[in-house]
Amino acid sequence: MSKDFNTFNNVVRLPHKYAAGATFTKFYNGLKKGIIYGSSCSSCEKVFIPARSFCPGCLTNLDEVVEIAQEGEVISWAFSDKEFFGMPGKPPVIIALIKLDGTDCNFLHLLGGMETKDLDAVKSVVKTGIRVKAVWNDEKNGHMLDIKYFKPVS
Amino acid sequence: MGRPVAIIGSGQSNHGKRFDVTYPELVKEAVDAVFENTGISPEDIDGVVFGTMPSMMEGVALTHLYFADVLRAEGKPILKTETCGSTGISLAITGYYWVASGMADLVLVVGSEKMNEGDPQATMTTVLEPFYQRSFIAGAPGVFSMQSQAWSARFGIPEEKIRDAATRLSIDHHNDAFDNPHAHIKKRLTEDEVNNARIITYPVRLWDVCPASDGACAVLFASEEMAKKLGINAAWVKGIGYSGEEYWFGDSDKVEWQCAIDAAKQAYDMAGIKNPRKELDVAEVYNPFTFQELLYYECFGFCDFGEACDLTLKGVFSREGELPCDPSGGVLCTNPIGATGLNRVAEAALQVTGQADSRQIPGAKQALAHAMGGVVQFNGVMILGSEQ
Amino acid sequence: MAEKQDFYILEDEVSIPYQNAYGPTWTRFFEGFKKEKIYGSRCLKCNRVLVPARSYCPRCFIEVEDVIEVSQEGAIVSWCLTEYEYFGMPTKPPFISALIRLDGTDAEFVHLVGGIDLSDPEYVRKTVKTGMKVKAVWKEEKTGHILDIKYFAPVK
Repeated sequence: MSKDFNTFNNVVRLPHKYAAGATFTKFYNGLKKGIIYGSSCSSCEKVFIPARSFCPGCLTNLDEVVEIAQEGEVISWAFSDKEFFGMPGKPPVIIALIKLDGTDCNFLHLLGGMETKDLDAVKSVVKTGIRVKAVWNDEKNGHMLDIKYFKPVS
Repeated sequence: MGRPVAIIGSGQSNHGKRFDVTYPELVKEAVDAVFENTGISPEDIDGVVFGTMPSMMEGVALTHLYFADVLRAEGKPILKTETCGSTGISLAITGYYWVASGMADLVLVVGSEKMNEGDPQATMTTVLEPFYQRSFIAGAPGVFSMQSQAWSARFGIPEEKIRDAATRLSIDHHNDAFDNPHAHIKKRLTEDEVNNARIITYPVRLWDVCPASDGACAVLFASEEMAKKLGINAAWVKGIGYSGEEYWFGDSDKVEWQCAIDAAKQAYDMAGIKNPRKELDVAEVYNPFTFQELLYYECFGFCDFGEACDLTLKGVFSREGELPCDPSGGVLCTNPIGATGLNRVAEAALQVTGQADSRQIPGAKQALAHAMGGVVQFNGVMILGSEQ
Repeated sequence: MAEKQDFYILEDEVSIPYQNAYGPTWTRFFEGFKKEKIYGSRCLKCNRVLVPARSYCPRCFIEVEDVIEVSQEGAIVSWCLTEYEYFGMPTKPPFISALIRLDGTDAEFVHLVGGIDLSDPEYVRKTVKTGMKVKAVWKEEKTGHILDIKYFAPVK
């Protein structure tokens, strides 16, 4: 025996069907049409994105969705160079928190439309506070990645 | 022993196949209901306890993070309790400890499961290690079928008699579910339909098995001072018991089932109960399988070993019987696992406070709530009373 | 159903690879399978013979160092016939799981009962009984896996 202790290779596979509910259904339908929907809480006077069925602050039910600007500001970003399960594409990818105009929370998505492979090149372009704009895929299926990425606005 | 602890209210979501709402929205139904039912404001809560069965049931790990908003946990301490199928009773016991210890006066306890989003049996298979048992234990039904077969052999109970008693329970509980507005499966069944239903794991057939449900339950635990200040009709925790055994299925006796016997005994001793069949007015026994419900009657001392089938067929445990069991329809009709044990506690509390509407057992003053977890490895019991 | 038309459902599959360590005792246990041997452990305190072999007694918590070979024959303590299937089920139905008390041991071994026709539940019910003697049947090719034992077959 080449080694004293054996190991057992095992893959756990679990299929899931997640219910999107009424509000996320509206949000995904918006994405199909190239629209980003959020929700406005009348009680807190805050606008949240993505659209929600209840206000996370005061738990007021939010039935209506409102259209959100597709431009905003990078609040924070990270250059992710290690592949992980469920990663949206091959590394490196740039993930970012983006404050879309008129909203009161940060939207999590990708940055792109520029050099993304070389960190120094990325750093020369991507900074907190830069303006970015949504770039859409031609084919939209009602998925978060119908927005291909947010691209710096020059 | 700690301070006296009261249950001052509960809320249940609508249980069923809930593809109409996201998971947090489902949990919110129960949390909103408990605040609405009690008139208490979320700001008054000192802490939150949450739990599910295995996290990966719904493909999202550590769901208490996902649900922090709807649990109103912002700015508050949160505890996660997870003991497989017995999660619900463990949640209640955690809430009890927190208040009894004097560290909190008002604790929100929530359990949930959204089983239809994944394959529940596939997830439960991951509860078993991959070297040995995972190849053989066919989800939950296989475990319970073997437990039942061993019970039948030990006490020489004829297979036909067990079938008759199990059929009686199945018909009764599916009927009872019509009186429970939160129940998932409500069905008028005939003996033929139950006896000839398709085999799941022989001897267990379709109508002997609980459904996979989506649902949530929320219960508020309060100190004596808080309960009296609020002036709410409260159920009082009279006794708790929880006991486990070693891991391997083949290592311990699952017929004269020590962890079930001990959990009940601990709770009875604390509540001062000597003769449970006489002193309890109603029991919400964890009954995902008809066959297992019969075994619990014996382990909990409702009758002697080998007697449960005969007494069930005589109606001792039916709605009009000496000790009605699962007037809510029980787990057999509604099983969102992480919420299931807590549903038993909520139902027992409704019974002893006279709020169980059309499923009320008249004059119920003392009730038992129970849940089981693991590969028949853990049992937990809570006794509730109408008086402190 | 109406809700399925009204609301979206996101389909996804979680697939996570693991490499689980057998540890010294189970390494020996499964090496034994390659040689058609079933190993158990005797606890020197409570004197029980436990199978499969383990590194400690789960009741006495003392280390159990040596593995001992146990009998490949035993009696069925309980069994069930599985007729339903779920996603990724490790063994495909129909199959009989059983708790088997191997001769000379003090714990039930969980495995399959086979070597009989499983297509008719009524036949299975009449054929398989608790207390029935069974014997391990090994696969030709053994890889050090729990299913190197194909199943336990009734002893004629």
